[in-house]
Amino acid sequence: MNRRFRSVALAVAARSIHNVFTNPALILPSVVFPLFFFAAFAGGLARVGDIPGFDYDPGYTAFQFAFVLIQSSAFGGVFTGFGIARDFEMGFGRRLLLAAPQRPAILVGYLIAAFVRAAFTMLVVTVVALAAGAELNAGGIDLFGLYGLAVLVNLAAALWAGGVALRVRSIQGGPLMQVPVFLLLFLAPVYVPLDLLTGWIHAVATVNPFTALLAAARDLIDGDAGTLGVAVAISAGLVALFGVWALRSLRRAEAAGG
Amino acid sequence: MSSFGHAGLLVRRSVIRTLRQPANLVFSFIFPLLLLAVSAGGLTATTKLPNFPTNSYLTFALAVPFIQGALFSANSAGTNFAEDIESGFLSRLSLTPLSRSALLTGQLAGVVALGLLQAVVFLAVGLAAGAGFAAGIGGLPVLLALSVLITLGFGTLGALVAIRTGSGEAVQGMFPLFFVLLFLSSTSLPRDLMSVDWFRTVATYNPVSYLIEAVRSLLITGWDGKALALGFGFAAAIAVAGVYLCSRALRNRMVRT
Repeated sequence: MNRRFRSVALAVAARSIHNVFTNPALILPSVVFPLFFFAAFAGGLARVGDIPGFDYDPGYTAFQFAFVLIQSSAFGGVFTGFGIARDFEMGFGRRLLLAAPQRPAILVGYLIAAFVRAAFTMLVVTVVALAAGAELNAGGIDLFGLYGLAVLVNLAAALWAGGVALRVRSIQGGPLMQVPVFLLLFLAPVYVPLDLLTGWIHAVATVNPFTALLAAARDLIDGDAGTLGVAVAISAGLVALFGVWALRSLRRAEAAGG
Repeated sequence: MSSFGHAGLLVRRSVIRTLRQPANLVFSFIFPLLLLAVSAGGLTATTKLPNFPTNSYLTFALAVPFIQGALFSANSAGTNFAEDIESGFLSRLSLTPLSRSALLTGQLAGVVALGLLQAVVFLAVGLAAGAGFAAGIGGLPVLLALSVLITLGFGTLGALVAIRTGSGEAVQGMFPLFFVLLFLSSTSLPRDLMSVDWFRTVATYNPVSYLIEAVRSLLITGWDGKALALGFGFAAAIAVAGVYLCSRALRNRMVRT
């Protein structure tokens, strides 16, 4: 990474991070929503942990913590896509394209901002989960794997949403960024393990890539890193796929003149 | 033209305006049904819990779209009202001899029509998917009446925010709060099966729990007088309070105009 590339990436990242953390309307939803899901699921559905066949040693609070952690990292990426769309809608994106000698650096800047945003949310979610009594059987290496996996999910979601934002270049594209991620997340085993799902949702969850990510996150919380390899391979594949998508979208934004 | 005639024109405008917006229809119909499909599929195993009131989670969960649909309607009502304020249409209406109550009724008619349509669609889809309806055909008008009353109640709250702020963005910002109310209720489990004390307490004080339980009673139990009385009572209280507060807010806005 040469100096000019780095300076553009860091400038875009610094601006996005500043915008997000100085505007409550931008930072609050990405923090409050995961906490709210955590409260609703871990609190309202705690008895689900008593269902025959539900076998997860750390308990239902930790089971839902894994979901909320992955969800918050994914939505940290999606919300960054909203910011990209807003920048291009206002015309700031056009000026960025004119000013940046290496335009992929713009994308990298937004990805850094997505990471910082998700890291903050993940920190808050973790503190609240621990305060709520989530039992983590994970060791240091398991936790590193857990948060590393969440970062990969954040990166994949940011690249997906960024790609949409660069093509649509309007905040009207928000649902297109958000709904597919929301669907993938909720068509995974959110409430109970895969074995307890039946019917069509079991079939869908079995082929849903988020199922493997969620299972690995839950296993890591239970101190088992056995399924991490598959999850990392899937998330790295998603990052590569959406990376190509985002770069092609950037080319399209360039061709359209921002 | 009489007051009824004026109000009729507004009712017609409101209904057409609400029903011809594809975004309204997608969020009001598709999203609640999608969440129903996900929760009914994902939480089927909870029917194995001792004392769970039915062996069909689909029937249990079918009550939720009725409330979710009403929440989306609130958003729709508020947004429509805010658009009229932002465009100056409400100011022009305030120069006519139309009474505030007629104006309010006319503006909310669209979401009431939407609420009625939602109730029919949700019940039809639920029954087609295999849900039960214990109250039978006699329960249908009760369910529709309750659904309309709930939609009207939430619609007035959406309109209230719009009248007080005059901003569509503020109405959109209120939407997550409604969703919090929905999720912190007896949406996913009966209150007596909630094991976390604080959550059960919040759900008990949350009026949305009683709205859901009234709809659910018609689907699972048949005729439960207490659940229905509480459901209709809370829905009516929200609607009456909403209409009163909207009327006051409208008067203040018209004075300022």
